[in-house]
Amino acid sequence: MTIEISSRETYGKTLVELGRENQNIVVLDADLSRSTMTNLFAKEFPDRFFQCGLAEQNMIGIAAGLAASGKTVFASTFAIFASCRCFDQLRMCLSQPQLNVKVVATHGGITIGEDGFSHQAIEDLALFCSLPGFSVVVPADAIETAEVIKSAAATHGPIYVRLGRPKTPLVYSQSYQFNLGKAITMRQGKDITIIAIGIMVAKALEAAEALAAEGIDCCIINMPTLKPLDEEAIIKAASETGAIVVAEEHLAHGGLGSRVAQVVAGEKPVPMSFVNLKNTYAKSGKAEELLQRYGLTAKDIEAAVRAVSSKKKTFHMPPSGKLSQAIADIRELKDEEDIGLH
Amino acid sequence: MTREKNNLNIHTTSTPIPSTLPLNKNKFTLSTKELTELAKKLRRHVITMIATAGSGHPGGSLSAADIIAVLYFKVMRYDPQNPQWPERDRFILSKGHAAPILYAALAESGYFSVEELTTLRKLNSRLQGHTDRTTTPGVEMSAGALGQGLSFGIGTALAARLDARDYQVYVLLGDGECDEGQIWEAAMAAAHFKVDNLVAIVDHNKQQLDGWTQDIMNLEPLTEKWRAFNWNVIEIDGHNINQIQQALEEAKTIKGKPSVIIAHTIKGKGVSFMENNIDFHGKAPTPEQAELALRELS
Repeated sequence: MTIEISSRETYGKTLVELGRENQNIVVLDADLSRSTMTNLFAKEFPDRFFQCGLAEQNMIGIAAGLAASGKTVFASTFAIFASCRCFDQLRMCLSQPQLNVKVVATHGGITIGEDGFSHQAIEDLALFCSLPGFSVVVPADAIETAEVIKSAAATHGPIYVRLGRPKTPLVYSQSYQFNLGKAITMRQGKDITIIAIGIMVAKALEAAEALAAEGIDCCIINMPTLKPLDEEAIIKAASETGAIVVAEEHLAHGGLGSRVAQVVAGEKPVPMSFVNLKNTYAKSGKAEELLQRYGLTAKDIEAAVRAVSSKKKTFHMPPSGKLSQAIADIRELKDEEDIGLH
Repeated sequence: MTREKNNLNIHTTSTPIPSTLPLNKNKFTLSTKELTELAKKLRRHVITMIATAGSGHPGGSLSAADIIAVLYFKVMRYDPQNPQWPERDRFILSKGHAAPILYAALAESGYFSVEELTTLRKLNSRLQGHTDRTTTPGVEMSAGALGQGLSFGIGTALAARLDARDYQVYVLLGDGECDEGQIWEAAMAAAHFKVDNLVAIVDHNKQQLDGWTQDIMNLEPLTEKWRAFNWNVIEIDGHNINQIQQALEEAKTIKGKPSVIIAHTIKGKGVSFMENNIDFHGKAPTPEQAELALRELS
């Protein structure tokens, strides 16, 4: 049976551990500490916790002032407010001056569920990735969350960590060692690579099992760090498997898909397919219902893999001087398609 | 613009103020008269810098000159040789477009050479158009997108509490800047956290880019607003050296709440044709106007 643990609860507990080890850590929240679980830190270290009220812009400014005075600051709220509400403050106060603030936001993506579009952060990764000073990380489960938070505390500079609301299945064992900017191969495979982030890693692993039964051997890469991106891992995957599917709980533009595609297009062009929220806001509903409604299930990943596999067959980068062969290939393909249609 | 082609040859006239300022961690011992002269010197730097750059915001630098002079040459403790000295008093320029007056004070107090001032706004200069904490020694905060300095000041003041340090944090706000909602988020928070080592100073020059504040967005009653937010409010003539000094001293003695100094000032103060002239909010003087301004300030 799959074990499900809440990442935000792990965040709260990890902060307390860090707080015990390091007097320099301070935590800020904007009237959501009972949801982000920073209330655990507040309870144990009331002097190092600052409740900023419903004022995210002010919270980021206060965080910057504390960091400029040498503190390691964790500032938490929901992902939608951490990104959209105070973007200029992130840019001016944290990104450009490279101040040591960890913006750890919970309730990211559509899986916040019933609260609806006002609370569903589906553009946060694009926004944070657009800030030159920021590192951006989305852990795949609670175990990775603990490692990411410890790593963030030990690494100087601004970082955004997106966590979700619901409990999510574990994809790691306790022995996991997170390295900022490094991808992790979760499953070896030779036919196609699925690069996934956050909750989509578990779904990609599930899809890989189903596809294996069909004879498609998938390599699964967990890409917890969007920035800095592990370009080497992407190029290797493109070279070895010749096709890539990217899966993320985010809009089509500006997230992991865009960033991987930029590397692939520049370094090793191969067919790609994308599993994401396209270009639309979602509605209210239960998390699992929404994932189905908006195409973020293992089945959707499987469909994307099949689609890109067919493209892979036809996608030849003609070696120089062998254009005629490439044209012949295309003709052959056309014939195949015609046969299929009849 | 002819200004860009013109090879400016403006030099700041030297004045009989002490040639070697006592650059140490203790308070300076300048007299009121000397501070007045020093403020005038800072104003001359502002004119020279902005005229040389061919762009910038003279009005809001000139209105803040006396406040800055008293802070940097009478009240604040700092060490130009060690800009990150943990015990230093912090000056946070929230109205980042007044960068020239801050740069002038930093140069005169020894953070960098006075000669460097005329590199303002030029490629590869350490003196950016708006303040940048990553490039300029002595600059605490990257600013220019308005409304953020008071929040930064709260964080800086809270750090003093955590580390049991007794430094003061001074934040200079524009009055137009008080249109920004974040100022009032911060005003509420500073009183809530009872940060009594935080002093906000509003450079109340009554003008903002588009015109008079009362027409663009009425701030009044400004003192009552701050009082209602639980601040200790001190209202002064922001061009009166003694009043500025007294207000800053009083602010330091107030415990349990932050203090705000509402400093009534004149935009463009010190240059007759710039005073209360909204055109000089964000426009550089021509070389001829700069010469004239420097003569008035000599």
